[in-house]
Amino acid sequence: MSNLAEFFAMGGHGPYVWTAYGLTGAVLILLFLTPILGRRRLVQAEARRRRREET
Amino acid sequence: MSWTFFHKLGSPKWFYEISGKLLPWVAAFSLLALVIGIVWGLVFAPEDYQQGNSFRIIYIHVPAAILAQSCYMMLAVAGVVGLVWRMKLADVALQCAAPIGAWMTLVALFTGSIWGKPTWGTYWEWDARLTSMLILLFLYFGIIALRMAISNRDTAAKATAVMAIVGVINIPIIKYSVDWWNTLHQPATFTITEKPAMPPEMWLPLLVMVLAFYGLFTLNLLMRMRLEVLRREHKTRWARAALESNT
Repeated sequence: MSNLAEFFAMGGHGPYVWTAYGLTGAVLILLFLTPILGRRRLVQAEARRRRREET
Repeated sequence: MSWTFFHKLGSPKWFYEISGKLLPWVAAFSLLALVIGIVWGLVFAPEDYQQGNSFRIIYIHVPAAILAQSCYMMLAVAGVVGLVWRMKLADVALQCAAPIGAWMTLVALFTGSIWGKPTWGTYWEWDARLTSMLILLFLYFGIIALRMAISNRDTAAKATAVMAIVGVINIPIIKYSVDWWNTLHQPATFTITEKPAMPPEMWLPLLVMVLAFYGLFTLNLLMRMRLEVLRREHKTRWARAALESNT
């Protein structure tokens, strides 16, 4: 357990290292959410259009 | 080389089919490289004898900075292709890559700033490398804003292409800033002519992370371009079929 705590402490540099990695992770998630959500919206819009034309 | 290949490249439908087949492979490669690189860099790489563990920020800082610059050069190439050959797909690439490049520049600046505090004693210094990277960020913002400001698609394509090409002058300035001016920033880790100053157990994980970032960039760019192509072609039969089956 102390090994794990040591790993997270990073010899006192933990806050710097984890902030840097956390921010980068957040940016990567955001970068991929944009096209995924955009695509979902476009697919839904197309489905709505089809339903309108059928009725 | 046959020119049919080049013309096919301009066809949105052809691009959509090929990129769809490529997508899972790029995703698998980049995720694998990302996991290997992060575990290797955070756990197994030895700590730096001067900087301690804060040096592990290098494994995201350097790949992000390399990507930020590669992405800008790609924008300039796409700009030339779009202007000279009027290839619509080049404009799609330019438009979709600009926000990725801007975010990568931000990541490079953020992580560099956080790394600077324990290493240089300051979050920010107006020195050549940092300032030229900030200019790169503003160039990206300029391209994105220009696109939003012009409603006519062809005019916007031309204007952003020209801006991307003109701004490429900043890339050699970033690269040589550490040689031309006195700077706190350390010189390049990877050069073609010399061996890295670090031992292999430090730079090998960095190499893996650079590959992972290139993979993630390609993946993200393809996803954005596919979406943009569908948006532009949504009235054609093939795009409607693709949207209906969500493939």
